[in-house]
Amino acid sequence: MSDLTRATAAELATRLAACEVSSVEVTQAHLDRIGAVDGAVHAFLHTNTDEALAAAAAVDTARAAGEDLPALAGVPIAVKDVVVTKGQVTTAGSKILENWIPPYDATLVERLRAAGMPILGKTNMDEFAMGSSTEHSAYGPTRNPWDLERIPGGSGGGSAAAVAAFEAPLAIGTDTGGSIRQPAAVTGTVGVKPTYGSVSRYGLIALASSLDQAGPCTRTVLDSALLHDVIGGHDPRDSTSLSERPPSYTEAAKAGATADLTGLKVGVVTELGGEGYQSGVRASFEASLELLTSAGAEIVEVSCPSFTAALAAYYLILPSEASSNLAKFDGMRFGLRVEPTEGPITAERVMAATRGAGFGDEVKRRIILGTYALSAGYYDAYYGSAQKVRTLIQRDFAAAFAQVDVLVSPTAPTTAFRFGDKVDDPMAMYLNDVATIPANLAGVPGLSLPSGLSDDGLPVGFQILAPARADERLYRVGAALESLLLAQWGAPLLSRAPELEVNA
Amino acid sequence: MSTINSDEVARLAALARIDLAPDEITRLAGELDVIVQAVATVSEVAGDDVPATSHPIPLTNVLREDTVGQTLPVADVLAQAPAAEGGMFLVPQILGEEQ
Repeated sequence: MSDLTRATAAELATRLAACEVSSVEVTQAHLDRIGAVDGAVHAFLHTNTDEALAAAAAVDTARAAGEDLPALAGVPIAVKDVVVTKGQVTTAGSKILENWIPPYDATLVERLRAAGMPILGKTNMDEFAMGSSTEHSAYGPTRNPWDLERIPGGSGGGSAAAVAAFEAPLAIGTDTGGSIRQPAAVTGTVGVKPTYGSVSRYGLIALASSLDQAGPCTRTVLDSALLHDVIGGHDPRDSTSLSERPPSYTEAAKAGATADLTGLKVGVVTELGGEGYQSGVRASFEASLELLTSAGAEIVEVSCPSFTAALAAYYLILPSEASSNLAKFDGMRFGLRVEPTEGPITAERVMAATRGAGFGDEVKRRIILGTYALSAGYYDAYYGSAQKVRTLIQRDFAAAFAQVDVLVSPTAPTTAFRFGDKVDDPMAMYLNDVATIPANLAGVPGLSLPSGLSDDGLPVGFQILAPARADERLYRVGAALESLLLAQWGAPLLSRAPELEVNA
Repeated sequence: MSTINSDEVARLAALARIDLAPDEITRLAGELDVIVQAVATVSEVAGDDVPATSHPIPLTNVLREDTVGQTLPVADVLAQAPAAEGGMFLVPQILGEEQ
């Protein structure tokens, strides 16, 4: 059944619709693959065998009865553990939520269920999505299928690794500063951060509310478009949800696959390249620019001078918002409660003991940084200044998109690094997101797709950015570059990843 | 810009309601000092004439009909609480004895 796990979601949907294969067979094949390789990869925190197979059987029954089913009906999916799933454990990678079972579904999960997509399980992540390597998960790191001694990116390393290791054809990620795109880059997969508000955030355990956005993690651009079409659209339960009806991203991806980019203007962001970017990353990026030129695109260099301040602004805005969002973990209504070992048992002291025991190092670091940035006397210098930088970054994007249709850069400055290389140096870890953060600060959409291998044999990500509400450009240009690269390679990049050892 | 020493970390941790062990305080002071030095540059980037942006996409608030929407059964919610009694969350005393 291994051919089922190697198929794209689009191929599976076609075969399911033609009744060549059943959803139970497809779902079981992926559950078997999880059983065979996840001991080594650790992409999943929880699997959901019985419920996934029951959902698959229900789709098969409906199809047999001749019902008209959604495009991805019967195609299984993995969901990042920061998204709440009714009746299934959801921890956000934290000990403070160990064994927590949410009493409701996130809106995007409701949409997956309504689309007939069996949920295979919940994927590993840095605790509360704070990190770029999954080394900050309270449940141990996920390993990169390309090299099990290396990080799969973060925070959504579990979702990216699940897709890269053929444990799931599709996964859901969330991206606050690059947590969908950077893991996609280092695992040779595709990841999309939609426009802020394109996908409902109701039922996402919030990290930084003005930055968070959920999106697809897949192996192809078309699969991301198909999934975005399922999860996107207005939700009255999320006040930041965009109200206008989105276009079909699937159609945009299909149109792009013809690889005609005549008339397209592509801007290379001066500030997102050069010094600090590995030579193999730069070489792969430049080769992709040549392919875009060959398809008729015009490449120009565009300067976004305020992007150099984006990382600093982000590491004030994110901790500030996180320190406020995570105040709900007080040991009173859900999750862990720890009582102090001595002294009076008051609510305040229980809260401090619970948070001291339940939060990991990086979460404590960021909450305390955020508390500092928001405290009296520092607010204007830190949080206030960071919000002004945000305005400047938005102006840079506006000026750039007045000249070009899309902006491009390498997704991450390096390929996957080894475990332990950066975990004790927070600033070095934060620099992984230097190219992805500007999009979150401005709310614009971004896509990462694999552009090839670096000179170290590891995958490189190519990032495409579009104006807010113009996500369809990501799919059109991304699908075009993907088909040009595929023609050059002869087979998907992931076919060059080493075969994982299979546990019988 | 100021620096973050151990006393400052202990004060912030108390404000954030996080118990920290003495060695955690020492380590965090060193790490946060490096981070704050690195991010302090933001105050030099934008002048007084630049407005602040708090939200990436401008939005106007909308009102809906004042009707009951989705609710959760009390038992389902309390089932996940650390302690519950009589249909309510059971919490420790809010004030200390002397208060």
